[in-house]
Amino acid sequence: MPANIEILSSTDIDLRELAADVVARAIKGGATAADAVVREGTEFSTVVRMGEVETLKEAGSRGIGLRVFLGKRVASTYSSDFSNEALEHLVRGALDLAKITSEDPCAGLPDSAELGSLPGELKLYHEDVYSLPPEQRIEYAKRAEKAAFDADPRIKNSEGGAFDASIGRRVLANSLGFVGDYQRSYCSILSVPIAQDENGAMQRDFWFSAARSLARLESPESVGREAARRAVRRLGARKIPSTKVPIVFDRTVAASVLGNIFDAACGDLIYRQSSFLADKLGEKIAGEHVTIIDDGTMPGGFGTTPFDGEGVPRRKTIVVENGVLKSYLLNTYTARKLGLTTTGNASRGLAGNPGLSEGNFFLQPGNHSQQQIIAGVKRGFFVTEFLGMGVNLVTGDFSRGASGLWIEDGELKFAVEEVTVAGNLKDMLNNISEIGSDLEFRSSTACPTLRIDGMTLAGE
Amino acid sequence: MTQNQILFFQKFGITPNDLQRYLGEALSAGGEYADLYFEYLTSTSISVDEGIVKSASQGISAGCGVRVLSGERTGYAYTDDLAPEKILRAARTAALIARGPGQQPIEGFKNAEAHQLYQISSPSADADIAAKLELVMRADRAARAYDPRIVQVRGVYADELRQILVVGSDGTFASDIQPMARCSVVCIAKNDKSTAKGQAGGGGRVGLEFFEAEKTPEYFAQDAARQAIIQLDAREAPAGEMEVVLGPGWPGILLHEAIGHGLEADFNRKGTSAFAGLIGKRVASDKCTVVDNGTLPSRRGSINVDDEGAPTQNTVLIEKGILKAYLSDKLSSKLMGLPDTGNGRRESYEHIPMPRMTNTYMLAGEEAPEDIIRSVKRGVYAVNFGGGQVDITSGKFVFSASEAYMVEDGKVTAPLKNCSLIGNGPDALTKVSMVGNDLQLDEGVGTCGKDGQSVPVGVGIPTLKLDKMTVGGTAS
Repeated sequence: MPANIEILSSTDIDLRELAADVVARAIKGGATAADAVVREGTEFSTVVRMGEVETLKEAGSRGIGLRVFLGKRVASTYSSDFSNEALEHLVRGALDLAKITSEDPCAGLPDSAELGSLPGELKLYHEDVYSLPPEQRIEYAKRAEKAAFDADPRIKNSEGGAFDASIGRRVLANSLGFVGDYQRSYCSILSVPIAQDENGAMQRDFWFSAARSLARLESPESVGREAARRAVRRLGARKIPSTKVPIVFDRTVAASVLGNIFDAACGDLIYRQSSFLADKLGEKIAGEHVTIIDDGTMPGGFGTTPFDGEGVPRRKTIVVENGVLKSYLLNTYTARKLGLTTTGNASRGLAGNPGLSEGNFFLQPGNHSQQQIIAGVKRGFFVTEFLGMGVNLVTGDFSRGASGLWIEDGELKFAVEEVTVAGNLKDMLNNISEIGSDLEFRSSTACPTLRIDGMTLAGE
Repeated sequence: MTQNQILFFQKFGITPNDLQRYLGEALSAGGEYADLYFEYLTSTSISVDEGIVKSASQGISAGCGVRVLSGERTGYAYTDDLAPEKILRAARTAALIARGPGQQPIEGFKNAEAHQLYQISSPSADADIAAKLELVMRADRAARAYDPRIVQVRGVYADELRQILVVGSDGTFASDIQPMARCSVVCIAKNDKSTAKGQAGGGGRVGLEFFEAEKTPEYFAQDAARQAIIQLDAREAPAGEMEVVLGPGWPGILLHEAIGHGLEADFNRKGTSAFAGLIGKRVASDKCTVVDNGTLPSRRGSINVDDEGAPTQNTVLIEKGILKAYLSDKLSSKLMGLPDTGNGRRESYEHIPMPRMTNTYMLAGEEAPEDIIRSVKRGVYAVNFGGGQVDITSGKFVFSASEAYMVEDGKVTAPLKNCSLIGNGPDALTKVSMVGNDLQLDEGVGTCGKDGQSVPVGVGIPTLKLDKMTVGGTAS
């Protein structure tokens, strides 16, 4: 059985000191400003298939990224090696590299006054994700798979059950004196069963539960049962003739559409004129009942952190209020490009300039259950899965492969596959005719069930 | 010693004795096979946006992954610290997948025979950064000069040098130094009515000279600008089943999604692929012969040895419509009794290898491309694509056209807005009725994702006609 994960993590270096030290070295080397991010994490994962352990993986890793400014020039370097020699190389490399980049009037760290960290307990770290003994972790994965088999005799095969746990720590320091760090934990259970009908046709689906604390994870049994239900209902799927009907989007696919809206509202696409939401601030872009919020402050949230990738506190931003576009999502650079203020949405990998990431991004729920929404559709298509990435954020054109269930007189009738749903995000936002009451966060982007009218289903 | 072995043996102080010791530790709980994967990766990226160099970054990542196989079970651990005690610790962790008396690795290693596929004078990673920057600036200038309606240009030059050493308890000993370089351009065009995007790029396991001599930054920039301008006037794509003609090259993503993933041995071993049990059966029209070839010089999907130390191969997947082979790695070949086709690949030392494609393409047929277009009454001619995706269990796959045209009465007419094409893998290729004589491979931008792991791949087709495929537009 695997050893305790702790043994693979390195706790021998003070990461806050390390980050601050690298920033100081950069300043000493001639940088006018700098920031450094240090990441350290451990992971454990196991996959059980057909009742037997298939893979066990555990490891720890770390990395450091440095960004330096020479006036208005910027460059960055990263390394997985924390030796003194490697850190010297990191600093020298960044300073050399910055000499070849261009003066960019908007480049720079956030203003001092913008830096900070959310106060209070954000509930991002729970030691219990590693509290299970190794045998129990494997048992969780086994139970998630077995529950799917037990749920329905048509579950004949499986891509397995899985249990994952991880802990990550992140430190950010900059030359304005900011040093912050936080630790986050994560665990998840997954079940991926395969259903087979009497003709041998197979359908796969999955379900999962994820949480920052083991205590908040759903039971492996409920995950396995739901996965089986989703796989079995796809059996007998057929292609249907092309038509224009109301489309009801299940929560997971609705969240995917909402993810497109997030991307389109990000400052980098806006200043590059690469989004259909460019120049639309203050305009009505969606139905009156549509309100979209990014909230990076929700305790325990998958998208919550005390500060963003530049050391700016996460915050709550109303992006769309009653259909009106109220705010873009910005980091320091994109805010300066647009003459606005950062919304604390900077993301930061080890390499390159900060990008943009959501806090907890969601569409405000409505009043009806999913069942009520489906019941209100005479003829329509309930989409449960997308295939492919056919979304053009410049134009809003949307065309994705889909599978799901046909709705007839308010009831789910039969499974549908090998069709596409297509429209334009601009129209889709205006044609959201129903919003479910069933908002639930399974990742940092969440959306209730949506009904959208006017889209085209392409099939036979 | 090769340059690579010097890196790992001298820089990291690893000796052949150490390797034996790590493998011994990995097999200490009774595993049947163990391997070590050492990786040292350097990468550079420069981007030009709005005419200025906004971003430049360089980085190094290094580490070692230890894998232990025991029946169908895999134990895996990795470390980014190459100190002996850390590697031993990872080996002990991975070892615990097995339960039984300790095994010993074979004494001594045998150097795998490897191809010499990267024909470059010096890797791009070693080239002067200013020379790389000049390439991106040239791309920027060329895109802007193409048409005044081009309002935004973003160019990126990225390269990496991956040095790997793979040693196995069966005596496997292989090393490789894998260069990669890519230049890509995204353009936004705008007129009083609409805004549109075009993108292009390419490269491969090539040096800087490739972009000077063969495919210049201007070539990619003008192509991206051309696509953006064309898209300004695009009209709604049709919805429903119709004839589809795919242009040569990158539209070969059809093969990658429709059949490639479904033929990866792991899915077939587990019976989860729509292609399971179809070897020897017809899965395409007799005009179709499809190979996965990891041995093409300089291609993005090519490697001298795979990430398990096996030399890559040219594997015939479909011969005249009949399914011939699966793509295999060590584990699946052992469990299925199939040859190892050298397709065991992984994203990095943090990842477990699995069967992956290399360069997947269809051999040329006999038709002239213009005859293929001329044969279409009403359909779609798609020449550029974004990405694609497949559900290997149901066999359904999608790929999204970023440049496509209507074909009416044998003539290419209006450009179409982005739309997805959807089909069913096991029978999509049975609808191939014409195969062009113009086989092309893609420019070298493809990245394939599977189980959260990304690896570079290539695709290619000659011009193809499918008699029936569903086009996911909005117009009737």
